[in-house]
Amino acid sequence: MHSIRIALLAGVLLLWAGPVAGQTFAFTAIPDQDVTRLQDRFGKVADYLEEELGVAVRYVPVKSYASAVNAFRNDQVQLAWFGGLSGVRARLLVPGSRAIAQGASDRRFRTYFIANTATKIEPTESFPSGLAGLTFAFGSKGSTSGRLMPEHYIRKHLGPPEEVFQRVGFSGNHSQTIDLVATGAYQAGAVNFKVWQTEQAKGAIDTDRVRVIWKTPPYPDYHWTIRGNLEERFGKGFRREVAQALIGLSDHPEIMESFSRERFVPASNKDYQRILEVGRKIGIIER
Amino acid sequence: MPRSASLRTSLAFVAIGLACLASADLAITTLHPWRELGRFTWGLVTPSFQEGGTLGLALGKTVAFALLGVAAGSVTGMGLALIYHRRLVRVSAAFVRAVHELFWALLFLQFLGLNAITGLLAIALPYAGIFAKVYAEILEEGDRSAEPALPAGTGKISRFFFARIPEVWSHIRTYTVYRVECGLRTSAVLGFVGLPTLGFYLDSAFLQGDYSRVGALLLLFYVLIALIRVWLRPWLVPLYLALAPLLLGGSLQVSMGNVTRFFTQDIVPLGLRDGFSWEALGSWAGDLLTQQALPGVVSTVVLTQIALVATGALALAAFPLICRHFVGRPEKVVTHIALVVGRSTPEYILAYIFLQLWGPSMLPAIVALALHNGAIIAHLIGRYADALQLGPDTPRNPLVRYGYEVVPRVYNQFLAFLFYRWEIIMRESAILGILGIHTLGFYIDSAIQNLRMDHMVALLLITAFLNLGIDAASRIIRAHLRLRTTPTYEP
Repeated sequence: MHSIRIALLAGVLLLWAGPVAGQTFAFTAIPDQDVTRLQDRFGKVADYLEEELGVAVRYVPVKSYASAVNAFRNDQVQLAWFGGLSGVRARLLVPGSRAIAQGASDRRFRTYFIANTATKIEPTESFPSGLAGLTFAFGSKGSTSGRLMPEHYIRKHLGPPEEVFQRVGFSGNHSQTIDLVATGAYQAGAVNFKVWQTEQAKGAIDTDRVRVIWKTPPYPDYHWTIRGNLEERFGKGFRREVAQALIGLSDHPEIMESFSRERFVPASNKDYQRILEVGRKIGIIER
Repeated sequence: MPRSASLRTSLAFVAIGLACLASADLAITTLHPWRELGRFTWGLVTPSFQEGGTLGLALGKTVAFALLGVAAGSVTGMGLALIYHRRLVRVSAAFVRAVHELFWALLFLQFLGLNAITGLLAIALPYAGIFAKVYAEILEEGDRSAEPALPAGTGKISRFFFARIPEVWSHIRTYTVYRVECGLRTSAVLGFVGLPTLGFYLDSAFLQGDYSRVGALLLLFYVLIALIRVWLRPWLVPLYLALAPLLLGGSLQVSMGNVTRFFTQDIVPLGLRDGFSWEALGSWAGDLLTQQALPGVVSTVVLTQIALVATGALALAAFPLICRHFVGRPEKVVTHIALVVGRSTPEYILAYIFLQLWGPSMLPAIVALALHNGAIIAHLIGRYADALQLGPDTPRNPLVRYGYEVVPRVYNQFLAFLFYRWEIIMRESAILGILGIHTLGFYIDSAIQNLRMDHMVALLLITAFLNLGIDAASRIIRAHLRLRTTPTYEP
C-alpha cells in the first residue's frame, strides 16, 4: 500500500510539473482530408517555418474543425490554416487576429456537387433540382466548401436541407464524402473541388460510380490566420515575418504541390466578408 | 397473462422493443456492404505492422492514460466510499457516472484544450463516481467481525486499514483490475476526439480505408487486454504509474483565463448575454427543447430499447456455447475467444466499423450495442450456469434441457445483469450520435461544431438526467422482481 501511495504521489507531481512551454510557435490546420496527407504537408511547413523564423515551430494535428478553432481561441496555437468559415469564426472569437495569406486559387474556390451514377442525374450548368428527395452528404459540420456554401445554394434553390432531402449526413471530411457517395451510402454530396481534383489526378475516384453534377459559382475559402498578441513573445514585426514566410512558400514547389496550390498571396480580413454574411444568413454564425 | 412477474416484465420490454423497431430507420444504404465487410475482414487477417514505432507509442499512451486515470479515480472513489452515506456524495457520484467518458472529454476539451489533463479527467471523474458506489457496496458487504478485536483507542484510519480493508481486499482488487480493463477501452476511444491514443490512429486508418492497419491496431489491443493479468502485477503498478506521465507528453498547461471565460461567458444562453429577460430565456429554451433535445431524447430511447432487447436475445442465445452443460472444451474455447473479442472492442469502435460498412442508420448502432453488451452478459451467465449442478433426471435433449431446466434457473440472474446494463446501454446510445445517428450525441456534437457551448452544456445535462431516470427505473424494476447482483459479480 505504502509504495503504491508514494508512486501515485510521484506520478501526480510529475504530471503537474510538466514542461513549462518555451517559446514554441504552434500552428494547426482544419482536418479537411486524410490525416497522413496532412501530417506530410504540415510537417514540411513546420520545418520550413522553423528555418525562416528562427523559433521552434510545432504542428498540432486536430480531429475536427471546431477543435482547430478552439485551439486557436485558447492560444494553444498561434497560427492556423483555416477554411473560410472556420477562419471567420476564429477571428470573431479572437479580437486582433488577422488573415495574412491565402492560396491564389482560394480567392475563387468552388464546391462540386457529386452524385452516385445510379441516380442517373446528369451534369448541368444550372442548379440540379433533381437532388430533392435523395440522401445527401455534407463534409464536416463546420466546413465552408462541404457545408456552408452547398447549404447556401440548396436553401436558395430548394429549401432547408433537412426538409428537401430524405436523409442528411455529415461525412467528416471531403475524401470521406467521395467514398460515401461512391459506395452509395449517400446518393449525392458536396465536396471541396481541390480535393476532388487531387483524388481524380491520383486515379483514386471510381468515375463509373460517382461524378460531378454541378459546380458552384466561386467564393473565397482557405487562408492562414494569425493571433494578434505575438509581438511580446516573438519580437517586433513577427506577424509580418510570418506572412512573408508563408508567401515565400510559393518558391517551394514540392510544398505547394502538397497544398494543390501554385502560390500563396497576401490576404486580409475583409476578403472574407462574403463568408460572414452567408454564415449569418443561414444561421451557422449566430453573433 | 403469464403468472411469473419476470416473464411479464420481459414480454413487456420485448413488446416495447418491437414497437421501437417499427419506428426505427434500419436501412443498409451502401451498395456493396458485403464487399466492404470482406475487405475489412481481409485487413484483419493481413495486419500490417509498418511504422511499428507509432503503433507502439499509441499503445503505450493508451495504457498510460488508462492507468493514471483509473488510479486517480480509484483513490478518489475510495475516499468518497467512506462518506457514501451522505446524500450529496451519492447524488454527485451518480451524476458524474451518468455522463459518458467521451462527453466528459468533449466538455474538458472546450476549456482545457487538447491536453493530457483533459484525457485524465475524462477517465478519472466518471470512474471516481463508479468506484465510490462499488467500493461502498463492497465495504458494506464486508465482514466487520475483526473490528471489536482491535485495542480500544485505535484511530479511525488504523481501524479502516487494519480491520476493514483486509476483509474485502480481494474483492476490491478484482473489481479494480476489471476497471483497468474498462479504462483501457475508454482510453482507446478518447483518441477519436483527438487525444493521442489508439482511437486517433484507428480513425485515421479507417478514413483511408487502410484495413490492414486497422487490423494491426485492433489485434494489438486484443492482445493487450487478453494478457492484462500477465502485465498488470500489483508490484509493477507503482513502476507503471511513475513511468506513465513521461509517456503522455504534450503541453500540460491550463489557462485559467480560458476556464473562466468558459464558465462565465460561453455557457450563458446566447440570448441572455446582453442582459436577462424571461422572454429571451423562454425562447432559447423552447428552441433548444423542440429542435434538439426532444428529437435527441426520442431517438436515444428508441435505440436504447431496441438494443436492450437485442442484447438480451444475443446473450441468451450465446451463453450455452460457453457452458459445460451444452458444449465440450474445444467449442467452449472458440466461443470464449469470440466473446472476449466482442466485449474487448469498445461499442463505439464496433458502431464505427459497422457504420463505415453499412451506411448511417440505427442498424449499425443496434448491432454494435448488442454484440458488445450481449458478449459481456453471455460470459457472466455462462459462468453462472457452469456452477449449476444438474440432477440425474435432467433432460437428455440439449434443446429441452436448455429451455426447461437451464434457462429457467439462470433467468433471474440474467434479467438482473440485463437491467443493470440498461442505463449503460442508454449512455452508449447517446454517445453513438457523434457518429451520425441522430441520438443526443449528434446534437451535442453539432453544438460543439457550431461553437454553441450553451447548447452543449444544456444537452449534456439533459442526457445526464435521462440516464439518472433510466437508472432509477432499473432499480425499481430490479427491486420489484427481487433481482440481485453482488458488487464483484456485476458486469
